[in-house]
Amino acid sequence: MLFVLPLLVFTGAIFAQSGDIASGDGGDCFILSLTAEDAPNDAGGGIDLEWTVSAHVTEPDSIVLERLDEDGAWSSIGTILPVDGSRTDEKLSNGLEYTYRAVSFYGGIPGTPSVEVSAVPARQWIHKGRIGMLILLTLISLVIFYFIEQGKRGKDLYIRRIAGLTAVEDAVGRATEMGRPVLYIPGIMDMDDIQTIASMVILGRVAMKTAEYGSSLLVPTCRAVVMSVAQETVKESYLQMGRPDAYQKGNINYITDDQFGYAAGVDGIMIRQKPAAIFMLGTFYAESLILAETGRSVGAIQIAGTAMPSQIPFFIAACDYTLIGEELFAASAYLSKEPKLLGSLRGQDVAKLFFMIVIVIGVLAATIGESWEPAARVADFFKTITSVR
Amino acid sequence: MGTFTEKLGSIDRRVIFTVIALSVVVPLAARLNLPIPITPGPSTDMFDAVEALPTGSIVLLSFDYDPSTMPELQPMAFAITQHLMRKDIKIVSMALWPMGVSLGNEALTSVSDSLGREEYVDWVNLGYKTGGGVLIVRMGSNIKSVFPEDYNGNSVDDIPIMEHINKLGDFDMLISLSAGDPGVPAWIMMAGDRYDIPIGGGCTAVSAPQFYPYLGTGQLIGLLGGLKGAADYETLVRIGQDDPPPGTAIPGMAAQSVAHLVIMLFIILGNISYLAGKKKKGGVK
Amino acid sequence: MRLFVPLTITFVAGIIMILQFFVPATQSMGESLQEWYMIVASFAIFIGAANLLQVHVHRIRFKGRNWKYSPVTIVGFSAMILTGLILGIEKGTPFNFLFLEMVAPMSATMFSLLAFFVASAAFRAFRASNWRATLLLISAFVVMLGRVPIGAMIWPRIPLISEWIMQVPNLAGQRAVMIGAAMGMVATSLRMIFGIERSYLGGAD
Repeated sequence: MLFVLPLLVFTGAIFAQSGDIASGDGGDCFILSLTAEDAPNDAGGGIDLEWTVSAHVTEPDSIVLERLDEDGAWSSIGTILPVDGSRTDEKLSNGLEYTYRAVSFYGGIPGTPSVEVSAVPARQWIHKGRIGMLILLTLISLVIFYFIEQGKRGKDLYIRRIAGLTAVEDAVGRATEMGRPVLYIPGIMDMDDIQTIASMVILGRVAMKTAEYGSSLLVPTCRAVVMSVAQETVKESYLQMGRPDAYQKGNINYITDDQFGYAAGVDGIMIRQKPAAIFMLGTFYAESLILAETGRSVGAIQIAGTAMPSQIPFFIAACDYTLIGEELFAASAYLSKEPKLLGSLRGQDVAKLFFMIVIVIGVLAATIGESWEPAARVADFFKTITSVR
Repeated sequence: MGTFTEKLGSIDRRVIFTVIALSVVVPLAARLNLPIPITPGPSTDMFDAVEALPTGSIVLLSFDYDPSTMPELQPMAFAITQHLMRKDIKIVSMALWPMGVSLGNEALTSVSDSLGREEYVDWVNLGYKTGGGVLIVRMGSNIKSVFPEDYNGNSVDDIPIMEHINKLGDFDMLISLSAGDPGVPAWIMMAGDRYDIPIGGGCTAVSAPQFYPYLGTGQLIGLLGGLKGAADYETLVRIGQDDPPPGTAIPGMAAQSVAHLVIMLFIILGNISYLAGKKKKGGVK
Repeated sequence: MRLFVPLTITFVAGIIMILQFFVPATQSMGESLQEWYMIVASFAIFIGAANLLQVHVHRIRFKGRNWKYSPVTIVGFSAMILTGLILGIEKGTPFNFLFLEMVAPMSATMFSLLAFFVASAAFRAFRASNWRATLLLISAFVVMLGRVPIGAMIWPRIPLISEWIMQVPNLAGQRAVMIGAAMGMVATSLRMIFGIERSYLGGAD
């Protein structure tokens, strides 16, 4: 039912009003033409003004754009350069008509004003530059939800083996045997980063394992909000495993927001506490190799995962297992084997297949389009629906 | 006791660290200089895009880094500022990282003084604002509401260079020197794609590979990657100049050359050891 | 009820953020949500600072493991806070001095460690164990040489081949990872917004 929302929005687009367009020609005025139009794709309150200048009239010293006030007086909204240009007048009231003109000044004396143009600002109910993306998002969502339903109904969904995730249990088990802690590093970004969110989901699963095995779990964080979320996540996992007594809030602490200060702090924890297993899952930048190499030097088994393409090679070189890109987002489903989550993974794969087909057709169309016009139009269509403005 | 070749494969990492340190320090101390060959690529694309801007154009230069990445990005800031000012292109600067403001100001004032340019007429530093992508979106509709005052606390309404600048679309080009997030990707997604502004970038060598997809699609018009990119730009900017000021990227390339050779040597030694060990195992079988 | 409130908040906030992207008329709602997040995150800084102090004071008080490092943290933390709050953070103030002359060089030092770690990781990881690893090794050599002037001195075409490796095979790999990760992000977001993924709230079902 929730898909009704975007579909309604899309339907709204068809009936969306384009706003008023007004224009006027300048005659002997330096401003040759002036147009006023409701600013497109905004929440209202904006009018786009566009002007062209004459090449045959003497260039003025300055040009002032003016708006007609409610009391009938003209007031300046700013000066403009003596070239073709545009400007958006903002913070206007929706539904009211606004009138504009441009006045050229020669030695401080106003010349012939341009024609007066009017427009009415209005809010738009659909962003026309994003309709293609809306359709694609709706399609992807439908596919994912279809497979979630399939999962719920008990359909057997195959998921390939992901070595890094299979090793989670072994890593926690190893730490327990060695009597050393498990170190979980959730990246350096805040909770508004989807990779940090995915990392918190995996932390919940890892915490269940540490609760089950009775190992100590350390979670140093780079952001205070992440610390609060991590504390709640781990606490809930320990509760669910029936081990609330084993939960230690003090082990999940905030270090610093500074990227390299955090790296130094975590390196210190590694050197002093010598964890037997280290998880590095989330968003990482230049600190990735500094952390991974230090972890390796203390002999820990390391499982890393990130969607940052530039950091993946470092993790592969220094860690025992690396989750590459989308594998990070598949971890929760893989670890829990919950049918609903597995279904979403299948949906995600089907959506990816769809994009692969779109890419192949688009590439072929663009290539053939070099010499055959209809193919170029197909390529343009694909370009339009996959672009966002 | 392993053989010599086996020992090669397990060199203590402290030995590697020491040799790498020496390979960087010695060429820098000896002031070793190597000529920088210019080959067509993202650096020349960036230079050509700036070169193509007409005199009087206005460029937004964002300093999105901090002192930790200064050795790679600050030479870019100097070289780009010099190129823009020499061409009489006006610069509006800002920062998405708090420490980027003072680093950017250092480059702007230094180059401006050497070329006799005037603050507020030829350039202005708007300062730092938090918000990253959200901030860029807001700048897309109204810059003066986001930055009502410049770095020195003067009202932007009184700054001549800002007279005709109201939104991002009023700039002829946008250049971000970025060390991470927020940086080049945020500018591409929030400004370039939405308002059709050409975007150039500078980044650390580590992150350069991830920006190549944006070069391929034209979302980035050029890219300076790490010290190499900075050295390329310094070389390009110096061409035809009688008295160019010294940059730090070109001397740094000699040290980087030696360091790369040393790393390659270690990799070769590791492989000799690996192949010798493999051969030995094969012999036992 | 324990799960109902957070799941409802996630759902409503998620739907608003999706809507504001496609429906300009709802943009102000999205902006408000983002501002709320900024406010919550700002307050969370105090929680973070309190946590930092609490952990280290506790460690000193009970002579916990490696407690001798904790006074250093507390002194550093207090010095930055007090100088900043009492004397300001403008140019020429003690805070500014501490930041520029201590924090900045220490950050640069940490970043420069990357050079050493790259060397040791490359030494250990690059082994010609099979044809694919050998290909990777050769590519690494070409790119390393192509990025420095000495490469062109050996053979002028090395920088061109290096650039080709970056612009063709590297670009293909980067795009593949980015597209795959983007699909993962969409699926994860949907799972969170619609409450299918709730393990982070302690509810596996």
